[in-house]
Amino acid sequence: MGRVVLVTGVARDLGRRFARQLAAAPAVDRVIGVDVQPPRGDLGSVSFVRADIRNPIIAKVIMREHVNTVVHMSVLPSPGAAGRTAAKELNVIGTMQLLAACQQSPELEHFVLKSSTAVYGSSNRDPAMFTEGMNAKRSAAVGFTKDINEVEGYVRGFARRRPDVRVTTLRTANALGPGVNTPTAAYFRLPVIPTVLGFDPRMQFLNDGDLLDVIEHATLADIAGTFNVAGDGVLMLSQAIRRLGRPALPLPGFAVGPLGSAMRQARVADFSREQIAYLAYGRGVDTTRMRTVLGFQPSRTTEQAFAEFAASIEPGVISERRVRAAESALAGALGGSRGSRPALTDGDGGHHG
Amino acid sequence: MGDAEIIPIGTRGKPGRGTGSTKPSSSARGLATRAPAKPSEKKAAATPVAPDTIVPEPAVPGIAATAPPVADVAAQQVPSPRTPADELARAAVTEDHRHPTAGIPAVDWISGFTTAAVEMFGADWEPRLAAFLAFLRRRLTGDYTVDEYGFDAEITQRFFMTAIRPVAEKWFRIEVRGVENIPTVGGALVVSNHSGTVPIDGMMTAISIHDHAHRFLRPLGADLVFKLPIVSELARKGGVTLACNEDAERMLRGGEIVGVWPEGFKGIGKPYSERYKLQRFGRGGFVSAAIRTGVPIIPTSVVGAEEIYPLVGNIPSLARLLGVPYIPITPFFPLLGPLGLVPLPSKWIIEFGEPIRTDEYDGAQADDPMLVFNVTDQVRETIQQTLYTLLMQRKSVFG
Repeated sequence: MGRVVLVTGVARDLGRRFARQLAAAPAVDRVIGVDVQPPRGDLGSVSFVRADIRNPIIAKVIMREHVNTVVHMSVLPSPGAAGRTAAKELNVIGTMQLLAACQQSPELEHFVLKSSTAVYGSSNRDPAMFTEGMNAKRSAAVGFTKDINEVEGYVRGFARRRPDVRVTTLRTANALGPGVNTPTAAYFRLPVIPTVLGFDPRMQFLNDGDLLDVIEHATLADIAGTFNVAGDGVLMLSQAIRRLGRPALPLPGFAVGPLGSAMRQARVADFSREQIAYLAYGRGVDTTRMRTVLGFQPSRTTEQAFAEFAASIEPGVISERRVRAAESALAGALGGSRGSRPALTDGDGGHHG
Repeated sequence: MGDAEIIPIGTRGKPGRGTGSTKPSSSARGLATRAPAKPSEKKAAATPVAPDTIVPEPAVPGIAATAPPVADVAAQQVPSPRTPADELARAAVTEDHRHPTAGIPAVDWISGFTTAAVEMFGADWEPRLAAFLAFLRRRLTGDYTVDEYGFDAEITQRFFMTAIRPVAEKWFRIEVRGVENIPTVGGALVVSNHSGTVPIDGMMTAISIHDHAHRFLRPLGADLVFKLPIVSELARKGGVTLACNEDAERMLRGGEIVGVWPEGFKGIGKPYSERYKLQRFGRGGFVSAAIRTGVPIIPTSVVGAEEIYPLVGNIPSLARLLGVPYIPITPFFPLLGPLGLVPLPSKWIIEFGEPIRTDEYDGAQADDPMLVFNVTDQVRETIQQTLYTLLMQRKSVFG
């Protein structure tokens, strides 16, 4: 018997790409994409149902189409055009309704939640590397961290009520790749990158292709549980910004908030409270279970994922090419001064430029 | 000499050179008349400060004498008969003369730099300079790696350690004992007393281990460290991570030498009158971490750190307001302002004691409070006894 997979959140680029990728998998019979808005790109052989997961109609879709696997990808950090309340409504209430619909479906076998490492929050009391058994050190009062914790709580509750359903939760790091348009990518695309003065957070990234692969792997594999997913290694924010060749703009902590809300108003970048905490304290997750239990190895490390993203956007003013040129000019001028004279003019140019 | 005649210097208030008057002085007028006729003689005369026609004759020999690289150019030109092109060349030289920086040729810059480089880096300065430039380039383009705790070994070794080494060697004259007790490979837990108002003892222990045992010490810091701007950034880069069981065990399993100061703020913030009296050793979490990972505990005693900033007072209300454990008052701070921040040059002794093995216990015993308490006490007693012995051996505080 083949699989019929329901994927939520296909209006978003990553959701749409995942649905298409899954539809191409031989073990999958049908993929049904659900979202409130129609997807922006081509869905291929995925059948699209325009429905709100908060609406009971979703239960009918699950029943009628004999869905046996649900991949829940519409828990999103960015409120987008809608405000905070609307985002919470969609994330938390949407998940509750979807789980209620799933609970009534006797045919359901597998539920995959695409969660986020944001579930751990960011604070100065964080351990260097979070393992799956740890919780956020400072429970968030509002925001995406709270949403995602509540969503995971409901999914755990569902797993208890339906022990026959395999429930897999993937806590993925920020996805980054050439075509990705997430809040993190938008942040790194800024010409001058604001940072929190005196803090240099550790960050982990996941290549967008790896993100889709790991969800597909979890969808098709027979493994339940919660897994951190991130590329190997960490990058410091300062290091990442230098690799982009862009200037950083360190701002004192109290100034980042107002600037962030101004930028959010202008739709330039998302600077929510948890984003600012992340920019100060960073986060690292341990991915041992991903490798040993889930049996997945990302094809790109954090560094490689970031490098691919950096290559896709135009380099900033302090690009590596320029730094290398200045270095070779300087080295040529100073080192070669005992040799040929023509090098001098070049060297002089490099010195001033 | 009684009443000296006052000889006035200058123009006695007459208009002329340097008085700001637009009228030229008599000498300037005299010079102007002797100058070769120019179509705009009036204009030339109206600008009193040396028009280009005046200076060339004395200037050329002067330049030829002082600036050797130009000498060959000048030597070629002096004997030749005057041509319009020659005039131009001379004019150019005088321009250079008026703006000395622009006139120093690149060759001189380079030779000066070469000499400086040889002075600074020694005879093999070229590869070393190239290496230094490559280092700068790598830092600028972010082409370096940090470990999962954010530890940047390169910057720690080349920058932080280099900066504090003179303080360790020349200012505190640290005497390091028992380096052989630090394992050359594998994990170990360095447990030390804490003192000195500012955790300088941690840095000094780190550099002593780096320079004598050639290992990096990975200190565990309080959560306050990671809350403070700049401090948090430097701490992560220098290899510090949060003092919690998760991080300690992770690092020890990774085979690092982890440093812990179980007294915490009770230790560094204690008054001078209680110097060298160990405070309570927390809850013994460090012992459970060592037992779980089976690494040896190295009791470390630091003598000298107590005297660098003798803490005589505290402003608890201000400390509470700022959210820090204490606001120190020393005999010199805040009385002398920034000068009071200079630590007193006490003589330091750091002794790494004999390792206390924990590998004979099995991991489950880490949760046995009695065992943890006993080992904690053993470590504490060892450090306390060593402190007393070292104090007896030290001739004086500044000896």
